[in-house]
Amino acid sequence: MASETDRLIERLAREAEPVRRLAPPLHRAAIWLAVVAAALAAVIFAFADLDVFARRAADEKMTLELIGTVLTGILATIAAFELSLPDRARSWALLPLPGLALWIASSGYSCWRHWLTYGPDGWEIGESWNCFRFILGASLPLAASLVFLLRRARPLAPLPCALMGGLGVAAIAAFALQFFHPFDVTFMDLAVHLVSVAIVVGAVGATERLSERRLALR
Amino acid sequence: MRGVSEADKDRGWSQLMAAAQAGDRRAYERLLREAVPFIRAVVAHQHRRPDRLEEVVQEVLLAVHRVRHTYDPARPFRHWLAMIARRRSIDALRRRGRTEANEISDEFAYETFADPAANRELEVSAATDGLGEAIAGLSPPQREAIELLKLREMSLKEASRASGRSVAALKVNVHRAIKALRQRLQGE
Repeated sequence: MASETDRLIERLAREAEPVRRLAPPLHRAAIWLAVVAAALAAVIFAFADLDVFARRAADEKMTLELIGTVLTGILATIAAFELSLPDRARSWALLPLPGLALWIASSGYSCWRHWLTYGPDGWEIGESWNCFRFILGASLPLAASLVFLLRRARPLAPLPCALMGGLGVAAIAAFALQFFHPFDVTFMDLAVHLVSVAIVVGAVGATERLSERRLALR
Repeated sequence: MRGVSEADKDRGWSQLMAAAQAGDRRAYERLLREAVPFIRAVVAHQHRRPDRLEEVVQEVLLAVHRVRHTYDPARPFRHWLAMIARRRSIDALRRRGRTEANEISDEFAYETFADPAANRELEVSAATDGLGEAIAGLSPPQREAIELLKLREMSLKEASRASGRSVAALKVNVHRAIKALRQRLQGE
């Protein structure tokens, strides 16, 4: 057996081509976030009704919600890049928690206020389907580009890394949604947002899981 | 390497890996050879059987090769290597758990023949082992009744003549013996 290990070492050394070292994870996350921010800014300036947004953003809880989503997006993206490397602690997965708590608390508060004003009528599905379509539609290209970059590290534990990436992408999509969402968040909105985020996180995780199995079969 | 501190050793490995990333095959081979005892020590926490241990060590070497571009020479090499070794080792343990959950280990399975008739002798001896012990545990009159009537297949009259006991006594003893055997064998 030991001689097999020796033979393996000889083979690996023979096959060892020069490799391009990956940049530090924070740099890679910053570059991806900067590109996404530029693209989002272009879309928002071109299509969003900024006057309506400015009126809504004057509300404190709305500002908190915006900070919550964008913070979750940034922190989860950083955590995903860190977790893609083999020597990083699993506790990186806790990084987006502050943003996530702020996001859930501020959305939850909006819903509660909405319930006090409208009662059970707040459950009407109304515009929520548009939010659903928006979050899924915006997440798709973001997720594709992020997964492409994360996989360059060939993560040994792809699932936590993919789940973090999925959360980051969904949070950024939910942030962008606020620019095209000319009304307060209702119960149904929150439910739809949560379902869409869960779908994005689950889909990215499942894709990674499948490709991991394919690799294992080779 | 005696007399060299752990920090120096780590720096040395880190430099070897940086050279390997740049394509220095000799440095890479030296690094892997030097690292094998360290990998073996990490893997030995989960795998004690020597063949299994060596298998997992080889998996760790393959993983190191696959992700060698992720190593940052500014960070400690041993930590990077230990994390890969631990992760691969736990993965191997999980895989083994899954495999063993779907398989059974039976030493007689190796002695099974394709022709069912060829197995009969083996099965009978395995099944009668317990019965023999149970019969030995019976009271002497009960054991005698079972031996004469059931094992030697004598009639009640023949058994009565051979043992000097009455037919009625033999009937009672064999009935009690069978009841006792049933209880003993079911209770096992």
